[in-house]
Amino acid sequence: MRLFLTFLIGVTFGTGIVLSGMANPAKVINFFDVAGTWDPSLAFVMGGAVVTTFIGYRIVLQRPKPVFGQTFDVPQNRTLDRRLLGGAAVFGVGWGIAGFCPGGALPALGTFNPQVGVFVAALIAGMMLARLALSRMPAPKVAQ
Amino acid sequence: METEFTPFASLAGGTLIGLAAVCLMYLRGRIMGATGILAGAIMPTGLADWGWRVALLAGMFVGPWVYLLVAGQFPPITVPASTTMLILGGLLVGIGVTVGSGCTSGHGVCGMARLSPRSFVATATFMAATGLTVFLLRHVWGG
Repeated sequence: MRLFLTFLIGVTFGTGIVLSGMANPAKVINFFDVAGTWDPSLAFVMGGAVVTTFIGYRIVLQRPKPVFGQTFDVPQNRTLDRRLLGGAAVFGVGWGIAGFCPGGALPALGTFNPQVGVFVAALIAGMMLARLALSRMPAPKVAQ
Repeated sequence: METEFTPFASLAGGTLIGLAAVCLMYLRGRIMGATGILAGAIMPTGLADWGWRVALLAGMFVGPWVYLLVAGQFPPITVPASTTMLILGGLLVGIGVTVGSGCTSGHGVCGMARLSPRSFVATATFMAATGLTVFLLRHVWGG
């Protein structure tokens, strides 16, 4: 039952992603192409998602604990460091090149589009490479 | 190439994304970040922490099928990048999200909704880097 409800959350997320256009690289790249074929749609995705989450988190985080769990696992790190900035910048360059972000590409796998498969394989390779490199350095904290 | 401006579909999709994030926090107390969920699924730390991630990912793959049932066709996925650029982009995204501890859903949605300073800075940084990359590829080096 717990896993089935979690599965349904995944379905909701995946449906939202494909409906919003986040799974379509042409649309993502056009959002950023202000000087060319600009398509401002993705601003509405971010707006809808952030406002809904902001309100929902206010309500949910008043509870002592989640329904299936003991604690709310919310990141407490508040440091602004080169790792955060550098990682975000590299992610941005990759997103601009390919047009897929992880949250956009994973639901898109469901269409069996081979280009999505190529991107996700490279994404996983990049994540593993970065983990390997980070594990050889101090501060082993990785993605939440 | 042009894409159609879809404010209502995008707003509805964004609201569903937010709803999923809120439900995951309510039920399991976790951040709905695609990067972290994928990382924990392919490099698990234990069986108890693995099942929910796989269930969530399996649900995500079904998203396009829900779209298919309602709209009568799969959602459009047009990839302007060549295969080489797709691989390069994928590698950079994978490295960047791991080093930077999050992506569009983790920092951009969940982090900004929590008013996390790190997430605001990360989101501003990757959006600026994406915009600059698209500008250079389309208008400076490309055509």
